[in-house]
Amino acid sequence: MSAAKKTAMSVTRNIAFGAVLMIVGAMPARAASEADFKAAMSAAEAAEKQADQLRNKWLTTETQLAAAKKAAAAGDFDAAIAAAREAEALAIASIYQATSEKTRWKDMEVR
Amino acid sequence: MASTIRVRAINNGDTTEVQALIQHPMDSGFVKDAKGEIIPPHFIQQLTFEHNGKTVFLADWGPAVSKDPYVKFAFKGGAKGDELKISWVDNKGTSDSTTAKIA
Amino acid sequence: MRKALPLASILALALLAPALADDKPNPAADQKAFQTYFIKRFPKVKYEDFVNGPYSMDAGLRKQWEEKEEFPPYEFAVETGKEMFATPFKNGKTYADCFANKGIGIRQNYPYFDEKEGKVVTLELALNRCREANGEAPYNYLKDEMASLTAYMAFTSRDKKMDIKIPDDPRALEAYENGKRYFYTRRGQLNFSCASCHVQSPGEHIRSEVLAPALGIMNAMPIYRSEWSGMGTTSRRLVTCNSQTRAVPLEPQSDEYRDVEYFLSYVANGLPISGPGARP
Repeated sequence: MSAAKKTAMSVTRNIAFGAVLMIVGAMPARAASEADFKAAMSAAEAAEKQADQLRNKWLTTETQLAAAKKAAAAGDFDAAIAAAREAEALAIASIYQATSEKTRWKDMEVR
Repeated sequence: MASTIRVRAINNGDTTEVQALIQHPMDSGFVKDAKGEIIPPHFIQQLTFEHNGKTVFLADWGPAVSKDPYVKFAFKGGAKGDELKISWVDNKGTSDSTTAKIA
Repeated sequence: MRKALPLASILALALLAPALADDKPNPAADQKAFQTYFIKRFPKVKYEDFVNGPYSMDAGLRKQWEEKEEFPPYEFAVETGKEMFATPFKNGKTYADCFANKGIGIRQNYPYFDEKEGKVVTLELALNRCREANGEAPYNYLKDEMASLTAYMAFTSRDKKMDIKIPDDPRALEAYENGKRYFYTRRGQLNFSCASCHVQSPGEHIRSEVLAPALGIMNAMPIYRSEWSGMGTTSRRLVTCNSQTRAVPLEPQSDEYRDVEYFLSYVANGLPISGPGARP
């Protein structure tokens, strides 16, 4: 292949590659969709509901749930999902606490 | 109206020890109520204790003093049976005063 | 994709708990052990003094408190409470009509177990029920009116000994056990139980506060807190203690709160009522 032709081919390739990149960049990032937020929020709220049934909600869980709602309302789904996941983790921890404390409280008892 | 000032003054020879508890909201003007509105400032600005016509204690107060302030101090002089006059004026112009006998 | 903890495994753990439960509740033994623990740990504290909370633990704080007791900050609330107590309801009746001995000098008998209702009744609850029975709106458990009323009633019982009864009724024993369990259970993101501070660490500091011993902690209620610039109810203290461990507080006068008040009051039987108390 002649040098000129090689150069022409690589330039074409670069343009094509660049075009692909531009198309990809123009698409919305997959993780920041409202549907994803709704799923994360739903999981967080379900866990918090269990914590509520155990009469053991944490204030920090509630703060994160509120932060998630607020971020979502402002359209920032990345932040909203992060907060919702944090809320879910906190809720799960509070459930674990309530359940394990059902027997562990005795460790503290003055006898 | 009942006095807002409770006072006890006890003479110990040379000195007289005075304690007073004053009922007053002492709102600083920086606190918000449940609706989110500022509670307007309402605090004692000047508190005076007088003995035999002479001021033995004078306080210029502001928003930093908490609700229902308690004061304790001692002054040289005073004798059992002497009168002590206590008065205050707040930022709204309200005032109160009372007299107490030194025990 | 995440899933919440499977419900089945949580239920399995919960069901396992009763199987590990102890023999029959013995409140009298608990009370003895509880009091012995504090007496042994703090040999220099006079028995009656435990009811003075942090002042029984810290000499410097005690000196400031003794000075203030000459002109206590709760005086105004007691006076207001006295007036409120004497003021008739719209129907002409008064609080005196709802209580034994006209409501004077009875605070040390609360909480009590109401066998008809099958639940613990605290003084705050009894006061609101009195109001409602006489056509008045109940007071908010966290605010000044209830604080003033209970301050006055506590004041009329000063120095009387706490005298809580647990009738020989399985429901009363269960309420007592619930209260005990609540007291020792860790909660909130900070993972503290009431015992973490008040059994393991009395006399120590948490930030700038000196921790009170759990023994007699109800005897000083309600308390005038400098932090609140005013008098606050037992309900308020329980709610704020919960928030301080980053737990979402329960509703005032929830079963758990009533039961923990029952437990803490019972184990302090014999100690004098020192309420209303003044605290930092």
